[in-house]
Amino acid sequence: MTTAAPDVHRVRVRDATRPGGLDGTWALLRLAARRDRVRLLVWTASILIMWGYAAVALDSLFPTAADRQLRGQLMSSPAAVILTGSGFGLDDYTLGAMVANEMGFMVLLALALLAIQTAVRSTRAEEETGATEILRASTVGRHAPAVAAYLLVVAVNVVIGVGTWGVLVAVGLAPGGAAALGAAGAATGLFFGAVGIVTAQLTTHARSASGLALAVLGLAWVVRAAGDLRAQGGSPLSWASPLAWALQTRACVDTRWWPLGLLVVGAVVLLVLGARLGGRRDLGAGLVTTRPGRAYARASLAGSVALAVRLQRGSILAWAAGVGLGAVATGTFTDSVSGMVSKLPQLGDLLGDVGALVDAFAALMVMFFVVLVAGFALSSFHRVRTEEQRGRLEVVLSAPVARTRWLGAQLAVTLGASVVLLVLAGLGLWAGAVSVGDGSVSAGAYVVAALGHVPAVALLVAVAVVVHGWWPRGSGLVWGWYGFSAVAAVYGGLLQLPGWLLDVVPFTHSPVLPGPGASWTGALVMAALALGLGALGIVGFRRRDVPAL
Amino acid sequence: MPTQRARTAGPVIEAHGLTKSFGTVRALDGLDLVVRPGEVAGFLGPNGAGKSTTIRVLLGLLRADGGTAHVLGGDPWHDAVALHRRLAYVPGEVDLWPGLTGAEVLDVLLRLRGPVDTSRRDALVERFDLDPTKKMRTYSKGNRQKVALVAGLAADVELLLLDEPTSGLDPLMEAVFQDCVREAAGRGTAVLLSSHVLAEVEKLCDTVTIVRAGRTVEAGSLAELRRLTRSAVTAVTADDPAHLAHLPGVHALRVDDHPDGARVSLDVEDTDLPGLLAALATLGPRHLTVQPPSLEELFLRHYGDVA
Ligand SMILES: Nc1ncnc2c1ncn2[C@@H]1O[C@H](COP(=O)(O)OP(=O)(O)OP(=O)(O)O)[C@@H](O)[C@H]1O
Ligand SMILES: [Mg+2]
Repeated sequence: MTTAAPDVHRVRVRDATRPGGLDGTWALLRLAARRDRVRLLVWTASILIMWGYAAVALDSLFPTAADRQLRGQLMSSPAAVILTGSGFGLDDYTLGAMVANEMGFMVLLALALLAIQTAVRSTRAEEETGATEILRASTVGRHAPAVAAYLLVVAVNVVIGVGTWGVLVAVGLAPGGAAALGAAGAATGLFFGAVGIVTAQLTTHARSASGLALAVLGLAWVVRAAGDLRAQGGSPLSWASPLAWALQTRACVDTRWWPLGLLVVGAVVLLVLGARLGGRRDLGAGLVTTRPGRAYARASLAGSVALAVRLQRGSILAWAAGVGLGAVATGTFTDSVSGMVSKLPQLGDLLGDVGALVDAFAALMVMFFVVLVAGFALSSFHRVRTEEQRGRLEVVLSAPVARTRWLGAQLAVTLGASVVLLVLAGLGLWAGAVSVGDGSVSAGAYVVAALGHVPAVALLVAVAVVVHGWWPRGSGLVWGWYGFSAVAAVYGGLLQLPGWLLDVVPFTHSPVLPGPGASWTGALVMAALALGLGALGIVGFRRRDVPAL
Repeated sequence: MPTQRARTAGPVIEAHGLTKSFGTVRALDGLDLVVRPGEVAGFLGPNGAGKSTTIRVLLGLLRADGGTAHVLGGDPWHDAVALHRRLAYVPGEVDLWPGLTGAEVLDVLLRLRGPVDTSRRDALVERFDLDPTKKMRTYSKGNRQKVALVAGLAADVELLLLDEPTSGLDPLMEAVFQDCVREAAGRGTAVLLSSHVLAEVEKLCDTVTIVRAGRTVEAGSLAELRRLTRSAVTAVTADDPAHLAHLPGVHALRVDDHPDGARVSLDVEDTDLPGLLAALATLGPRHLTVQPPSLEELFLRHYGDVA
């Protein structure tokens, strides 16, 4: 065995690079582009519109240099640093600097998300359903699916990058700065697309592959925020985060290109890693091999609720770990608020006293995790669709299980887990704040602030229930609403969105906590709406055909 | 329980004129189906004929657009949960939870019905030679199907709805399946078996219903169906057999030259066979073969008919 092992190894490696490993790449690329065309178009259009809207809106909101200077001072607040970046060009806040600083980071996140999704959808997701097996059995090479997926990522990012340049030049930004913004976004997409390719080699489920890549993105954000809070322009810690590399082009301020090289090199390194991992593993396999399990189910695994809990256990635990750790890390940013006010007393005059500032900051951090948990809630509820499409729901409903009961069980698990995650987020933020010596907001206040958003999350889920009950094929639309709400809830203040647009965002109607004078009216209305819509959705589900394909 | 059994003294399944459309696709177009207590009923038809759709209507999963359906004396849509206590369903194609073991899937599905008869479950696991400790994801196709089968067969019910239940089973397991169905029938359970395995239908079923394009084209006992069909007759005769074409019940007559006279081949309805034989006897027959139709021919004729 000891002598045979290296041989086997060599053969496999040669296999991986043998001509033919890429056969069929072009056909797969076209297939993926055809399958994802609507999704990709919507993303591309949304991102380009966002750029254009931001430039036009910021220009009209802050027409004079004096207006912009005042705005620039606000942008050095810790909340702004976390949400946007370390703030280049705040001293001479031109329109270009403003667009780059206030929109750039949000677009980077969107592009990273899109790249991860695109990479995983064409690789692990297809492998999980068995489609890859049929393709690979014809003249499709071992590496073709991953290469095709990545080429699609490249193509999308090039299109969006060039489009960004075009839009920004059209609204009057300097061509050089606009090009740097477009390129920074594209390079970030390439990097996180490569992250997705690697994680797709590691897990057997597409869902976990995306989750892992998103965790990398979240970590990159936390590291960049922590680094950028230490010093204007970023500290050495910032440079540990790939997200900072794109921002460090200082686009539209003092443009430099070389940081993008780090992203490209990083992407190449990840792709080589992905190819090595992919060249060795079996089709359909991940890193961990499965072990035999139980010969009898636990006695507790009985009934719809227990089954739903069992099916979501892994994902709930992963979310709990991610939200908990993320909240602790984010909570440590709290001390920078009081620090900043003592450094820049004029900010205090502008924004109110330190206590109010800390409360506002805490509310924003809470909002951030609420948006994440709402994403969990939607994806958790969305499993009902998979259960139906794979034929499992039929089998369950052919037992004496009422439809209401089954759907109720799914909802109970989704909402129950969401509440637990919100409590964890509140406690995590508090623990993080206390660890850096800021105990001005109590644990209870954080938790109540997070739980104040439960009606908003429930409303989002309730709309998903209505769609699922009456028009199951439209389930994707709810994600669109969520995506908009997520961006608007966190960035709404920065984007200066009009009020009627903010009104469709459920989170904006939750009580603004912690702090005095919060109103619970919106929460109560949303709770009532959620109950009504949930009931309406259940009625639809009771009346319709199963499976609705 | 006894009162419920008493209620189903009539047919276990009685469906008349069922219609169901999916958008512009008419999946059921006036389908009739009757299954009586203790009967094993075959449910046959080409791909896309509407068999699975019918079974889903009988389960109350789909709501028929028109027609009437009664299952165990109840309305499958309104009484779904109550009826499901008394029946079990095995789909032919289902991707059960890949992350659970076979045993967990079995127990989850059985516990949805109430307390589980573990000995019966274990006996079936044993008979189907199933390793229940594997994750569903890692089962071979046949083994994955066995999990669905055991989950259906382990329940104590009055009606089994089986939709291509043996897809992927090896011949040994196919035999075990047939034994299980016979035992169930012996206990008085009615069975509706949709299948493309004609040998299986021939061995197990008392009656068959053949559907095409959402409509019942033939229904009855296997013996009746055989009687309804034509036998193939070939003979070599000394005299010219052309006038046989005018006899009642004779179809597809063909005459070829033969050194000993003429070679004739034709199809004849079973009821008209005596008349034909009498006529043939007067023609100086040399060779004579009469072949009853195989079940396969019977089905192929119905499946292929462009009526
Ligand atoms: N949910 C649906 N939406 C649209 N069309 C459907 C749906 N379900 C079934 N059909 C169509 O209804 C027709 C009958 O399908 P059904 O599955 O009942 O056939 P079947 O007799 O079970 O065929 P097979 O032998 O291949 O299993 C087919 O044309 C099918 O495409
Ligand atoms: Mg079918």
